[in-house]
Amino acid sequence: MSGRRTADRARSHRGVGRERLPLPALLLAVVAAAFFALPFLGLLLRAPWGSLAEVLGRSSVRSALWLSIRTSVTAAAVAALFGVPLAWLLARIDFPGRGLVRALATLSMVLPPVVGGVALFASFGRRGVFGQYLDDWFGIRLPFTTTGVVVAQVFVAMPFLVLTVEAALRQIDHRVEDAARTLGAGRWYVFSRVTLPSIRPALFAGVVLAWARALGEFGATITFAGNFPGETQTLPLATYLTLETDPDEAIIIAMLLIAVSFVVLVGLRDRWLGGSRDVVA
Amino acid sequence: MRRSRWWRVAAGAVVAALPMAACGSDDDAGGEIVVFAAASLTEAFTDIADAFADAEPEAEVILNFAASSQLASQILEGAPADVYASADTRTMGRLVDAGATRGDPVVFAINRAVIVVESGNPLDITGLADLTEPDLVVVTCAPEVPCGSYASEVFERAGVDVRPDSLEANVKAVVTKVALGEADAGIAYATDVFAADVDGVAIPDDVNVVAEYPLAVTADAGAGADEFVDVVLGSTGRRILVDHGFEVP
Repeated sequence: MSGRRTADRARSHRGVGRERLPLPALLLAVVAAAFFALPFLGLLLRAPWGSLAEVLGRSSVRSALWLSIRTSVTAAAVAALFGVPLAWLLARIDFPGRGLVRALATLSMVLPPVVGGVALFASFGRRGVFGQYLDDWFGIRLPFTTTGVVVAQVFVAMPFLVLTVEAALRQIDHRVEDAARTLGAGRWYVFSRVTLPSIRPALFAGVVLAWARALGEFGATITFAGNFPGETQTLPLATYLTLETDPDEAIIIAMLLIAVSFVVLVGLRDRWLGGSRDVVA
Repeated sequence: MRRSRWWRVAAGAVVAALPMAACGSDDDAGGEIVVFAAASLTEAFTDIADAFADAEPEAEVILNFAASSQLASQILEGAPADVYASADTRTMGRLVDAGATRGDPVVFAINRAVIVVESGNPLDITGLADLTEPDLVVVTCAPEVPCGSYASEVFERAGVDVRPDSLEANVKAVVTKVALGEADAGIAYATDVFAADVDGVAIPDDVNVVAEYPLAVTADAGAGADEFVDVVLGSTGRRILVDHGFEVP
């Protein structure tokens, strides 16, 4: 029972591939694509390619890149670990206050990231409602640490995973899970062997979206985790601060960020999401 | 009391980090004067703009506060500023060198670096040497922005080896973190002590740096820009600047 087959069935229902787009819609779609392409084209044309090797060779840039990769991958993993069960809860269990929990889980998408950073101080800072106990009891401080970077990234990235996975969980055919249960499978077995494989494309899409959001995270990170090279200065922070003094160098660092996400997004899409664009889109 | 403090801190953080939002206005709208000013001028220039609006009801002053260096980059990118007020002469120099100013910049205010500590100074920090304590959470500005280069200059002159925990993007972010109690101490300007819920510990004059704030009208500014500069340099502007902790030349 593969995700691919579920997706195929969904596709045949919705008739993707058979329909021809009306001309006005096609034109609008082309404008939309150009709208996304132009800023990148602008950056490409403006980038001072001559100093590329020199900037990329700097240890400060390399440490920011490495930190960004480490923290964003960790954040995506943490978001998946906690986000999938949350999505499952929201999709399947009817409990009082479900709407409220769903709204809370997606709040950080609409919150300006800087406000999110202040909110993280108020909760996980050393004077925060929860953070003060972390500090008093365990001596754990999150602000100005690499862990704090991950916390900020998870906070803004997890909603993307929860929404994607929840939508998929609502769409899959429950009868398959029922059948597995009838055949004597336990709850965990059904969840891990039936439910999760059926939403695999959406799960990967959610993880990739969350990862991409974490990689580009700026506002909550610089507010909550601060900015220190090697510790909390991720690529977006390095780009921002470099922009203050050397716009050319900042463009190169930004291109690096774009290149990393582009390679991963394209690569993962082909590898994992190739046959199920309807779910991804 | 607590509530108003949170409000101010949150507002400060938003102002500090969303400067891009304010720079989309049209250039030659009649009576509109767009002023780009260093983040440390936020309170003083807001009051000066109010005073200016009382005197010149026709004119509308639009203020945009951010790190001086960031504002300079925005102006060089074509952001429609009429007046630029920087927290240091070096950053102003970038605009002068690029021919983006009209006339010579004028120093209109002086500020000094100061150690900011939490209100009431609970850790009893008395000087720069205390900042070397490893358990202390110290934040300064990043070297890319003026308040950061002042901080390292002060540390160097005093011969202290301070290891900051974070290099913030602008001075308001430093003050916010100290005001919230997330950092124990930071290096900011004397004026920030007036503006926020923090206390200041003076840095001795022989190691301190004096920040000179220059002001200039941009190359393609409208006529209203000169009037605004006159108010800043005149008695009204000087009085307001002093009220906010600046020294005036």
